[in-house]
Amino acid sequence: MTRLDEILRPTPKGLYCPPGDFFIDPVRPVDRAVVTHGHADHARAGHGAVLATEETIAIMAARYGEDFTTSRQPAALGVSTAINGVEVTLIPAGHVLGSAQAVVEYAGKRLIASGDYKRRRDPTCVGFEVMSCDVFITEATFALPVFRHPDDRGEIDKLLASVRRFPERAHLVGAYALGKAQRIIRLLREAGYDETIYIHGAMQKLCDLYEAFGVALGPLAPATIASKAGAKNDFAGKIVVGPPSAFADKWARRFPEPVACFASGWMRVRARARQRGVELPLILSDHADWDELTDTVRDIQPQELWITHGREDALTRWAELEGVKARPLSLVGYEDEHD
Amino acid sequence: MRAFADLLERLVLTPQRNGKIRLLTEYFAATPDPDRGYALAAITRDLEIRSVKPAMLRAIIYDRMDEALFDLSYDYVGDLAETISLAWPSKAGANRAPELGEIVETLNAASRADGPKLVAGWLDAMDASGRWALLKLVTGGLRIGVSSRLAKTALAAFGDKPVTEIEELWHGLQIPYTDLFAWLEGKGEKPDAEKPGYFRPVMLAHPLEARDLDALDPDAFAAEWKWDGIRIQAVSEGGVRRLYSRTGDDIGAAFPDVVDALDLDAVMDGELLVYAPAKPPFAVRPFAELQKRLNRKTVSKKLLQTHPAFIRVYDLLSVDGEDLRAQRFEDRRARLEDLFTDGPRKRIDLSPVLNLQDKDALAAARAAPPDDAIEGLMLKRRASPYVPGRPKGEWWKWKRDPFLIDAVLMYAQRGHGKRSSFYSDYTFGVWTEEETLAPVGKAYFGFTDEELKQLDKFVREHTTDRFGPVRQVRAEPDFGLVLEVAFEGLNRSARHKSGVAMRFPRISRIRWDKPAGEADRLETLHAMLPGDASA
Ligand SMILES: [Zn+2]
Ligand SMILES: [Zn+2]
Repeated sequence: MTRLDEILRPTPKGLYCPPGDFFIDPVRPVDRAVVTHGHADHARAGHGAVLATEETIAIMAARYGEDFTTSRQPAALGVSTAINGVEVTLIPAGHVLGSAQAVVEYAGKRLIASGDYKRRRDPTCVGFEVMSCDVFITEATFALPVFRHPDDRGEIDKLLASVRRFPERAHLVGAYALGKAQRIIRLLREAGYDETIYIHGAMQKLCDLYEAFGVALGPLAPATIASKAGAKNDFAGKIVVGPPSAFADKWARRFPEPVACFASGWMRVRARARQRGVELPLILSDHADWDELTDTVRDIQPQELWITHGREDALTRWAELEGVKARPLSLVGYEDEHD
Repeated sequence: MRAFADLLERLVLTPQRNGKIRLLTEYFAATPDPDRGYALAAITRDLEIRSVKPAMLRAIIYDRMDEALFDLSYDYVGDLAETISLAWPSKAGANRAPELGEIVETLNAASRADGPKLVAGWLDAMDASGRWALLKLVTGGLRIGVSSRLAKTALAAFGDKPVTEIEELWHGLQIPYTDLFAWLEGKGEKPDAEKPGYFRPVMLAHPLEARDLDALDPDAFAAEWKWDGIRIQAVSEGGVRRLYSRTGDDIGAAFPDVVDALDLDAVMDGELLVYAPAKPPFAVRPFAELQKRLNRKTVSKKLLQTHPAFIRVYDLLSVDGEDLRAQRFEDRRARLEDLFTDGPRKRIDLSPVLNLQDKDALAAARAAPPDDAIEGLMLKRRASPYVPGRPKGEWWKWKRDPFLIDAVLMYAQRGHGKRSSFYSDYTFGVWTEEETLAPVGKAYFGFTDEELKQLDKFVREHTTDRFGPVRQVRAEPDFGLVLEVAFEGLNRSARHKSGVAMRFPRISRIRWDKPAGEADRLETLHAMLPGDASA
């Protein structure tokens, strides 16, 4: 009988499938890669071949240039591809546009590498699909019982209430450029906000790409100053979305008395918000929170739970209490600080 | 409770004073009695509430969830109340969340043993933010950066009244301040302020700038030393004795030795100081010694002996029931001196009026005062009545002011002798145009032993590199330690890359609260350089 870790096993380059001779989300260039989604720690340039959803391939091309890989293998959700006798199927993960779980089937066993995922509704991508399996491989970024992301509509309401309260100030929303930014913009539209939203230059391409895949973002404009004189007032009462890193540099000084907002699951802990000088924390994450992680394991009921990175200690403890066999893989190179 | 929790959440993260005032006034407008009154008392830390011990809180959370998972969470979050509020397993179909007033009244009416049970029930009924506010309230950990002065300013803004009127009547008020809010909303009479022992809003001085000095007529002013203590108002009338801070907070409980000595019928304005017990009467000790007696609810016998306090008075607002505030300063001063014809009283003495004829004499006295506890001069117009607030041109303070900047800690070096196991010599920098830090000075004193331990710990935990006895410390706009540095002057220096050299720099405060990105910039220092006549 084939052992489970003969089908997938952790290596320094990432999860490796020996019979199929491919890696999932490799952190270094390899001949054959299956990529779950477009975030930089999962999708890197320089592989020989990349199997991923059409959206993820488009995101990689937008970020790294058209020659990011030698061979592109777009795969539709739910359609299997055979790689050296191993069946690989991508099913939705609900994380960002194009995100997928990689279902690996071989010798009568099914292993699912979920990449990053969340369970709640996201208007910018297809929702997570539950599929039974022998091994469910999960990340554990927010695997502590203190991480319970609230309803995203409440967080958007907080932002809009603050915009009404401080009409003379600009609201700078720090959000990761892929996924989080577009989700916030889309959620603002769903909440009825139809004014122009200003975006940092680094987000333009990805917003265009989301639009091209049918995610309507409404009126957007670059957050640049039109004129020198009195320019600061251009942004009074406006919402500006940019990558969190931009808010620490000179770029942020162009705005009038900015209210620093940061959209992240980490904002659940006040000390993290204070450390960053955030005035309005928005608890919005594209990762599963504690309840979503544990509910997912209960829904899927895998034989084994493998944990890639994050708070393995707490999730392993929970699995022990639940009677689920858990194994930390301690993969390195995945940084989910952004969420 | 929902609204109170929201208010606290915003207050802790709002740095600007005006932003805080706005949040408070909106809350007062939107929240009914008695909740807004209890909230106000909680914020000014006047609220008496039955506390629940941390050990009890641990017991109730361990009852609800796995201990190991809780401990991992607590390790990560680092704050007990916050960890419990976040990790508390919510129950479906919870009760109506309680209101703030209900919580305060129920808890204070309950027995000590029932406290934790009540808290557990409320935690079930609230969301994470409500739970956090509740736990902060019952553990007495409500530190949200709102002084009672700021709260009074917000009340004044809410009711469109001068803040001095609020200070004046503050001490006649009872929590939850229903009559105060009624008056502020124009629905009730002004609460009666003038009960015996009430606080008189204080008269304040303007800092003296160069142009004010030019315009000053020395003959019209009386000069006094400016003592480095705290400004107080000592009230003793109709059998009521009170010691107020300058914003009208009653601090008498921490100074029974001084309150005891108010054996006259008068309202006096003066400086609270601590003296050396071996050298009575009244060899003044440094501010740091006075600090040991501040911010206490009670004071130990030992501290009363080692750190006796006294008042050095300089003005008289009322005596034997006669209000003197409308009189001229020099007339009030003469009445004050009448109280001291037999020399200093027990725990009260007189701050002398200085015989200084002209501006040169004033400047010389300010530059070289005879006592370390003097931080400059006060100049009071001889004809000035005692007017609340800061009337222009009446009183001036001419401080021997050090310069102050906020800098970011960059390197730390181990000290010598007693301090050889501590990183006690600090190099700090300010932000440049390129958004990097330029070192501008080095300081190795100005902090207490306790602060040294904290600084040392910070250095060890955030070391990014080592060079022999020197450690480089993490210092980025998003993360770093801000030190408020005081110094006596600034010179141009070709030797230093920053182009400036500081005279006598020392750490005046550790700004644990301030984001490193908001520390001062090199342009600010350049603007402080002497010799720029246009400045
Ligand atoms: Zn991701
Ligand atoms: Zn990730």
